[in-house]
Amino acid sequence: MSLLDVQGVTRSFGGLRAVSNLSFTVERGSIVGLIGPNGAGKTTTFSLISGFDRPSAGQVLFKGERITGLSPDVICLRGLTRTFQIMQAFPKLTVLQNVMIGAYARHRAVAAARAHATEVLRKLGMAARVDEQARNLTLADLKRLEIAKALATSPELLLLDEVVSGLTPTEVEELVGLIRNIRAEGVTIVMIEHVMQAIMALSDTIVVLHHGEKIFEGQPRQVATNPAVVQAYLGEELAVA
Amino acid sequence: MTSALVLQAIVSGLLLGGVYSLICVGLTLTFGVMRIINFAHGEFLMVAMYATYFFAVGFKTEPYAAIVVVLPGLFLFGVLIFHFLIRPIQSRDPLNQMLLLVGLSLVLQNGALALFSPDTRALQSALLYSKLELGDVIIGMPMLIAFVVSILITLALYWQLRFTELGRMIRAAASDRGAAELMGINVNRVNMLAFGMGIGCLGVAAPLMMPVYYVVPDIGTFFILIAFVVVVLGGLGNFVGAMLASFLVAIAQSIGALFMPGSTAPVLPFLLFILVLLFKPEGLFGRPAR
Amino acid sequence: MTTLGQVALAAVALLFMLSAPAFLSEHQIHILIQILFFAYLSSCWNILGGFTGQLSFGHALFLAVGAYTSTLLLLQLGVSPWIGMLAGGTLAGALGLFIGYLSFRYGIKGTFFVLVTLAFTEIARIIALNTSAIGGASGLYIPIRANDLWHLKFVNKSHYYYVIFGLLLIVLAVTAWLERSRAGHRLVAIRENEDAAEALGVNLLRYKLLATALSAFLTALGGTFYAHYVTFIDPSTLLNMNMALEITIYSIVGGIGTLLGPLLGAAVLVPIAETVRAEFGHNYAGVHLVVYGALLMIIVRYAPDGIIGLIRWLREQWTKSRLLPAHQTSEAKP
Repeated sequence: MSLLDVQGVTRSFGGLRAVSNLSFTVERGSIVGLIGPNGAGKTTTFSLISGFDRPSAGQVLFKGERITGLSPDVICLRGLTRTFQIMQAFPKLTVLQNVMIGAYARHRAVAAARAHATEVLRKLGMAARVDEQARNLTLADLKRLEIAKALATSPELLLLDEVVSGLTPTEVEELVGLIRNIRAEGVTIVMIEHVMQAIMALSDTIVVLHHGEKIFEGQPRQVATNPAVVQAYLGEELAVA
Repeated sequence: MTSALVLQAIVSGLLLGGVYSLICVGLTLTFGVMRIINFAHGEFLMVAMYATYFFAVGFKTEPYAAIVVVLPGLFLFGVLIFHFLIRPIQSRDPLNQMLLLVGLSLVLQNGALALFSPDTRALQSALLYSKLELGDVIIGMPMLIAFVVSILITLALYWQLRFTELGRMIRAAASDRGAAELMGINVNRVNMLAFGMGIGCLGVAAPLMMPVYYVVPDIGTFFILIAFVVVVLGGLGNFVGAMLASFLVAIAQSIGALFMPGSTAPVLPFLLFILVLLFKPEGLFGRPAR
Repeated sequence: MTTLGQVALAAVALLFMLSAPAFLSEHQIHILIQILFFAYLSSCWNILGGFTGQLSFGHALFLAVGAYTSTLLLLQLGVSPWIGMLAGGTLAGALGLFIGYLSFRYGIKGTFFVLVTLAFTEIARIIALNTSAIGGASGLYIPIRANDLWHLKFVNKSHYYYVIFGLLLIVLAVTAWLERSRAGHRLVAIRENEDAAEALGVNLLRYKLLATALSAFLTALGGTFYAHYVTFIDPSTLLNMNMALEITIYSIVGGIGTLLGPLLGAAVLVPIAETVRAEFGHNYAGVHLVVYGALLMIIVRYAPDGIIGLIRWLREQWTKSRLLPAHQTSEAKP
């Protein structure tokens, strides 16, 4: 049984189909890259999976159970957590407090949540920043904070939305290493990315979306030569970091 | 319950609706600028009504004459308030902006209280006792004049928004500030004008209303609550919606007064308001957002 | 300041507050009672408005529910106000749940929620004015007796002082608990970023309702106190929009979302109001609101975190200036 099973999911806004009959599976322990030109429907897909939006048709199965139509907090408690493309930190709270909110998903006691949050931050190399207010962080740190918050919920499946875009190549390298560590600890990952360096380095499988439809699903090395993919990106710039 | 009474209620409601509409399209204009409801709108009306009163009493004229001073005065007042108080915080959280306006409304209302005492002040117009009788329905002249002028001004504003250059700029700035700027529109200036116009509406409404109402420092509270209800019912930012909703609310109040116990009829607009927010938040006449 | 220092300071303050009535005049105690009363109401409001970020102009409604419930129970059934207090609180809590459920379930938030609370308050005011069974526009009087603890009647103001002080301690304790607990942290998360909170497993509806019910319940207790201190209640005073706004201003000026903000706000603003009233011969109720309104505007514009925010900022500046060695500051290039 696949960890995540997206079955024929469609999302229409009036006449426009943001996502059209999308189906793919994610196996436990793998990293799946979700790519496509701007406006392809990638973030919408994440919203549909994580409960922030309802599909007009189709369903999503997580660990074999239907999660379509459930609210995001319930889905998170079941083990599926997402990050946001636009940073969604808690601005006036400190880094540690931010991550503790995530930890509260699994820990009832404040002390236990704090310990877990501290540990997560340490793994992400942010131990030095724990007491800084989130609104004072640099972009790179905000991206890590976003991952840390999600990781603190002890997810089985993590949806990462463009966590390396806007970073320098060195920063990207570091984050790629971190994501590998996260997978090594047993977390399955689906990531949306434009930065090819990261996607190619990490993904076991790649799914390509274009105008809301899946136009390719397969091995990373086959992506660049696939005619449908190349045509979809014609006129778009592939960000090669 | 005779049909004559109901008819009278409908007519009275209609006339009242005309006045409400002038007040409420003013609020709609300021909403288009600020993206939040101007909490102090009622207080601007109150200021205009006091200005009308003192002008008419001071110069011993008809209340309507005050419009030459009150209209430009309110427009200017609106422009100044926008420039000095509202524009500096336009990028802040909407709740923050609302709180600023709450503060302004408190200052204006209670400043009036301190200066003018809670005494009711009313004005006489030479037309006060003249009436129009259509069958069983009686229409007071001042109310009729208020209705006619309000409708005319409202329609003139609508025409201006739809068909003039300035009107297009105002609508563009209200709809998408960034895009409007990119198109070369001086959004700050346009917003200032629109806001001034929204407040200026009150400068017209006040002289029209003084012969029919009275002014006390907290008259603003009464009208602002109605105005909130109207602009939400009509669809926030929807000019025509505000016009239509004004009539709806006024007539509902008027007919409600016939059928509801005691003087509980005023709850009707608020009940309607809550229901609309729950089930059709884009307003009765708005386009669905989701 | 070290934790020990903080505890010591709190202990001293507590001792001072407890012994205050002994060396103050009746009038001074009255002022202190007003400070504590508004600090109490505002602290209750702060739970929903400050911590959870759901601004409400409807707390006058909960205040009125508390006042009317206990008063009616007393006048009609002879029920002690201590019990009436709890009844009023429960009723207010239920009402809060109702209003909250309607609003939050249907996605009403921000400025719309403010308007909804106003609408409910206005509906209540109109109905109350027209319901003679609860006194209508004439209001209700609490019969004045001699010292009667069971009926919350005292001759000396100082006894009322201890009651409201006790209530204030309760709400401060609740707030302090919220500051340290998982539930409270989740409420703050909701305030800071709803979507992010939801993505991390926080059930928005449940927590917003919790905050609303708690805030409403506590506010209503203050209503009972008010009824017995002032001995007269009517819809015009209680369900007045000015009352609703006043409650929020103490928190905003003092420091919204903080433990001591409302108390600080009340301690600063109430004496100002008293001075304004004295200067203008307190002819017209509400004149002090000119000052309140002006201060609100200033705070919102220049110091949105209130007095406490200002104090923090000053402390940061002080620390910064002491950390930089003198030669470094003078070498700073433009």
